[in-house]
Amino acid sequence: MAFDSKDTAAFKDVWVFCEQRDGEIMSISHQLLSEGRKLADDLGANLCGVLLGCGIPEDAAKQLGGYGADIVYNIDHEKLKVYTTDAYTKAICDIVEEKKPEIVLFGATNIGRDLAPRCAARLHTGLTADCTHLDVDVEKYKAFLKTTSTIDVDNTEFMPGTNLKMTRPAFGGHLMATIICPRFRPQMSTVRPGVMQTQEFDDAKAAACKIENFPVEITDADIHVTVEAVEKTAKKLVDLIGADIIVSVGRGISKDPEKGIAIAQELADTLGGVVGSSRACVDAGFISQDHQVGQTGKTVHPKIYIALGISGAIQHKAGMQDSECIIAVNKNEDAPIFEVASYGIVGDLFSVGPMLTESIKEILAGK
Amino acid sequence: MKAIVCVKQVPDTSGVVAVKADGTMDRAAMATITNHDDLAAVEAALELKDKTGCEVIVVSMGPPPAEGMLRELIAMGADRGVLISAREFGGSDTYATSQIIAAAVNKIGVDKEDVVFCGRQAIDGDTAQVGPQIAEKLGLPQVTYAADIDKDGDKLTIKRLLEDGHMMLSVETPCLVTTVKELNNPRYMNVGLIQECFDKPLDIFDYEALKDEPLIDPDTIGLEGSPTNVYKSFSPPAKGACQMLEGSDRGTVDELTGILADKHLI
Repeated sequence: MAFDSKDTAAFKDVWVFCEQRDGEIMSISHQLLSEGRKLADDLGANLCGVLLGCGIPEDAAKQLGGYGADIVYNIDHEKLKVYTTDAYTKAICDIVEEKKPEIVLFGATNIGRDLAPRCAARLHTGLTADCTHLDVDVEKYKAFLKTTSTIDVDNTEFMPGTNLKMTRPAFGGHLMATIICPRFRPQMSTVRPGVMQTQEFDDAKAAACKIENFPVEITDADIHVTVEAVEKTAKKLVDLIGADIIVSVGRGISKDPEKGIAIAQELADTLGGVVGSSRACVDAGFISQDHQVGQTGKTVHPKIYIALGISGAIQHKAGMQDSECIIAVNKNEDAPIFEVASYGIVGDLFSVGPMLTESIKEILAGK
Repeated sequence: MKAIVCVKQVPDTSGVVAVKADGTMDRAAMATITNHDDLAAVEAALELKDKTGCEVIVVSMGPPPAEGMLRELIAMGADRGVLISAREFGGSDTYATSQIIAAAVNKIGVDKEDVVFCGRQAIDGDTAQVGPQIAEKLGLPQVTYAADIDKDGDKLTIKRLLEDGHMMLSVETPCLVTTVKELNNPRYMNVGLIQECFDKPLDIFDYEALKDEPLIDPDTIGLEGSPTNVYKSFSPPAKGACQMLEGSDRGTVDELTGILADKHLI
């Protein structure tokens, strides 16, 4: 039967595009599977991982079961070893047209954000970018709104049904919008790395995971872009997303950026954390882009987030406001960063920063 | 040979963000700018023009005031502009938007040697979806996140950014490239060109002008034709629970670290 994205009743199951680079499955795939598991349970459907690559061992595919997948569709082809838009789009669209999933989730990586829109346009369906929360169940969605919005949930009408409710920040988190795609399937969204939490690995589930090979035909004529080389950055990048403690610097370090970063680094080292940054410092060339927290940087939720000399532009807050404990140090008592902080000190980071390090060192020494 | 550049006029969110009583953006109260990634696309096209003498056409979909932005881009060096503007196009999501822009680009015509440029993403929507979707609708190969572009005849060599490095890609024209603002430093408007910019051609593509394009179908454009709809929009509650500590001396710092220790955060 011909594929018809409007025939919504024909679609079932929740899928996750499991991105790999150099044969290594990226952690965003585990985060998406963990989230997809909840959606699949609410729908009474299977959760399926879709793995594209070449020569990925079956054992690695089965590991995806440990994060929730019931089935992994393994699409193995030499032209899928390295990512190209054309080959990956063809493979994804072929299997979607054949199996008809109800929901497909992609990581909002530089590859996911290249692939997902092309697939959505080809399949004629909707795509919602950078979702921070997903629900199919209306009651769960209402419970979510009760804690995260100013909506009077009990006196508001909600369209019933199990359409995927895809919530994302608009204008850097100043406004939130929940998007649906009611007339077309699959319902597609991208989710930024670090936004969803990874569930604990389940050995029994991994062992029970079914692997299904899906053959695709891809020829040279399908591929219009040639990959000449893939270069990894030699420098070790900072792992902001995995960090429990982040000490970030902002425009406040401008008068002596080197010293400001050194102060943040020492405080971070003392706490066993890493150094983050606002966009202003990256744009000014004080620090490299991998340190950037915010809507156009990374989304983080560490246990402790210390903001030194960060005013708190909307775009920065969007990337860190869900941290467990936020400590803000800023000379300006009206800085918006204090709106999301748990504790605030109005002062100069160049004096307060080193004192924080000393004070924490003393506490840790006394333990 | 042509370079067709798709640009968007966006509210300047780096300044004050105005919000209406109902919680939606008050776009009319905010200053507008040309989207940063799109300026990089314009500059890339103008550099191509410097090298090859190609024609640069800037295309934007938006309300009538976006014409001012197109004039500014002409003052930077673009040869002509196209403003896509019609009530029927309003409320479009990324799918419908790319359908309409692709129809307009198709009407302009994409020949063998041509390149279509888009910015990676717009700061108001941050989706990065419209570029790839225009490419799909036009059946063009795409390269996104371009941080370096070199053109030799009908072959482009592009450095495409990844989170952990980059890819070197080659592609033949015609193709679509999305640019990041790190690609270049956009030039300023040229005094001579500012004087001339109002004499350069600027076409308005309204519904009437595009309705016979195969991509334009009432089922795929505007609010009605958009696959995605807004279910609810809301403002996050103000946290407002910040405990401000008195002073900024060692005593204050010790008070704070004491709280953290009591809460077993350190």
